[in-house]
Amino acid sequence: MRHIHWERIVSILLLSPSVIAVAIFVYGFIGFTGFASLTKWNQLVPNFTLVGLDNYRSLFANPRFQIDLRNTVVFTLLFLILCLAIGFLLAVLLDQRIRGEGIFRSIYLFPMAISFIVTGVVWRWLLNPGTVEGGSTGVNLLFENLGLGFLKWGWFTDPNVLYIRPESGIGQLLQRIGLQMFTRPTFGISVAIISVVLAATWQMSGYTMALYLAGLRSIPDELREAARVDGASEFQVLQHIIVPLLRPITLSAVIILGHISLKIYDLVVAMTGPGIGFSTDVPAYFMWETTFEGNRFARGASIATILLVMVAVLIVPYLVSSTRQEAEI
Amino acid sequence: MSRRTIICLFLVLVMLLSLGTIAVSAQAGLTYTIKLGDNLWTLANKYLGSGTAWPAIMATTNQKNIEDPTFAYITNADLIHPGWKLAIPSAEEAEAFLATYDPGKPEMLFGARAKGQLVVGSWWTAGGEAEGLAGMFRIYKEKYPDVEIVNATVAGGAGSVFKGILKTRLIGGDPPDTFQLHAGLEVEGYSPEQYLQPLDDLYAAEGLEEVFPADLLTLLKYKDHYWGVPVNIHRSNVLWYNKTLFDQAGVTPPTSFDEFFAVCDALKAKGIAPYIMGTSGGWEGPHVFEDVLAGTCGAETYRGLWTGQVPWTDACVATALENFKKMVSFANADHPALDWAAAAQYIVDGKGAMFIMGDWTDGYFTSKAFTDYGWTSPPGTKGIFVALSDSFALTAQAPNMENSRNWLAVCGSLEGQEAFNPQKGSICARTDCDPQLFNAYLQSAMQDWAKDAIVPSVMHGAAAFESWVSDFKDAMALFITTGDVAGTQAVLQQACVDAGICQ
Repeated sequence: MRHIHWERIVSILLLSPSVIAVAIFVYGFIGFTGFASLTKWNQLVPNFTLVGLDNYRSLFANPRFQIDLRNTVVFTLLFLILCLAIGFLLAVLLDQRIRGEGIFRSIYLFPMAISFIVTGVVWRWLLNPGTVEGGSTGVNLLFENLGLGFLKWGWFTDPNVLYIRPESGIGQLLQRIGLQMFTRPTFGISVAIISVVLAATWQMSGYTMALYLAGLRSIPDELREAARVDGASEFQVLQHIIVPLLRPITLSAVIILGHISLKIYDLVVAMTGPGIGFSTDVPAYFMWETTFEGNRFARGASIATILLVMVAVLIVPYLVSSTRQEAEI
Repeated sequence: MSRRTIICLFLVLVMLLSLGTIAVSAQAGLTYTIKLGDNLWTLANKYLGSGTAWPAIMATTNQKNIEDPTFAYITNADLIHPGWKLAIPSAEEAEAFLATYDPGKPEMLFGARAKGQLVVGSWWTAGGEAEGLAGMFRIYKEKYPDVEIVNATVAGGAGSVFKGILKTRLIGGDPPDTFQLHAGLEVEGYSPEQYLQPLDDLYAAEGLEEVFPADLLTLLKYKDHYWGVPVNIHRSNVLWYNKTLFDQAGVTPPTSFDEFFAVCDALKAKGIAPYIMGTSGGWEGPHVFEDVLAGTCGAETYRGLWTGQVPWTDACVATALENFKKMVSFANADHPALDWAAAAQYIVDGKGAMFIMGDWTDGYFTSKAFTDYGWTSPPGTKGIFVALSDSFALTAQAPNMENSRNWLAVCGSLEGQEAFNPQKGSICARTDCDPQLFNAYLQSAMQDWAKDAIVPSVMHGAAAFESWVSDFKDAMALFITTGDVAGTQAVLQQACVDAGICQ
């Protein structure tokens, strides 16, 4: 008994520095940020007079923040769908025991080793549309030389927002059933952000592929064989055996990619900035500007808190379920 | 692992404690007067336990000599005279010195002459700006060779990155001594009563009120105090044009908005991109708009908009927004992909004819060895000088107060400004700089500065509080795409109300 007792104390002693550091520098500061978001601290000198939810109210009324939220949702959805689809497709193709698999795997995985800043700069050059008078550049020039000139467009410089027009058929239907809010540009897709999605997908789809590939390799061949013996076609094997067995992998991928995309900042900074009419602006960028250019520290803290809540909504259920699984094991 | 680990931890603890005790019991240094027959080796052997420790005696003595000349100054270790006063370090000091001593660096034997530091914060990291700053550093070094200058620059985003870091340092109580700040209401963003020191006495001592123009002095005063010493003046409203392209289209520089749009049409008809913008940084579009606003409303009304005498619902604001909208319609389609320098490059490459940007563009053209350009004031701003100025402020908690005040004196001095401005591509804030030092553009700017109506720039911190500028910027960034004149006008009015200026 004494022996165990000592071991306990040593382990507590050894763990306590990191526990204390995390408690202060992570959870303490989260708490402080939450507190700051409820105060009047909107100039350089800290002012901790509590004002309740005023900062949040003014934030949600701010047109720039509304655009930012729209962009975040659009970006996250497109990015997740593209990454999962491309990653899954590549993994299935690589799983066919082809020759030179290692080379392909490395090629697809490599972009992940690059920082978002580098990706941003490269894609900014690639997708720079050029001018009408000066001629095309980058990908547009490629299209032009391939005789695909009709594919040219403004990429991240395109200011358009796709949304359901109130005057259209669906728009009128929505208005009739009291959902006219969905006919506003606030619920649209900013075209420019598709370019950012492309860059992010290029970087992260290889990673998704690696996740799926690991999952595919862990499915025993016997299962597939059994299905084939029962007369299932290859597609049916995929549909009824492989996809259901890969569900945990998909969940992990969604969590990992989802929290990256909700917090995205560096890629946008390097590639487009806030963009024309905030078409590629994201909450994190607005947070930086309003805090350090506008001196609105409390408003910046509110944005940080909202970001935290969004990520928590995504991650906490996953953490809970995975700890439960561990407990079962 | 259990008990043995504990014992190990205990032993380490004991070791650390005993080290501390030894350090406390260390004997202090002493002074020694040389007698006939002494040499450094024997003295080192006697006091420090080893003749090889002699460099520690030489270095300590020379260091003492800087503060107290009664100590000897040893230039040659083999040549010492009876009667010289030496400083013998304690054994620990000697050990510490010898641990870092490098015989290849004999200067270590002569003591460090540095009397403290001067930490200068700025966002001038490259090109003419950095050279200009280095020029001022040189002058400071000549006057105060004992001070080590720490050039705490941070690159990026026209100062926005630097400002973020600076603000964190100010709040955290760890500021640089002095830092770059736009003259004007930007100072409000730094809560000067709390974080800065008023410089009224420095202005009096250096006679700065006599050498800066009255308009600039008004701009510099906030809450009845001076908070910064201006080093330069930039002009925000300049229209740059490519002379060859103007000749090709047979047009002359426009002076009014009607002429401007006529010139645009004429250039476009020739297949020339008439008007170039770069808006990727977010501030460039609003920067052009401030010049449009001054050009449409005139100097008096423009000033009134920022002081609350003219409401933003005024008709001239609507006209200015319409003018700006029409200008943007002539702009290059890829303007969201370009920053101001990339846009200026279109003028250099002959890919575009006109460009409105501050006069740092002149420095850019010079750096590209491009000479085929002309300049005029943007539409409607003839006789109006939209000005901005860089100044240096003194932080309230400056660790090196005396050095910083000396630095600010250099910033305000004639030689400081003459060293800085020709390199930076700006004109002196002082009125007595020698025009011969400056190039053709800057000489013309100096003449305009002397006779034009001077109004403050918004986007460069002179006209409004930072929070207001931030709202103004966001409103204009949205306007470029929406083109919603009435809505933007309402948002601009609201921003003025939020700033506490308009009712």
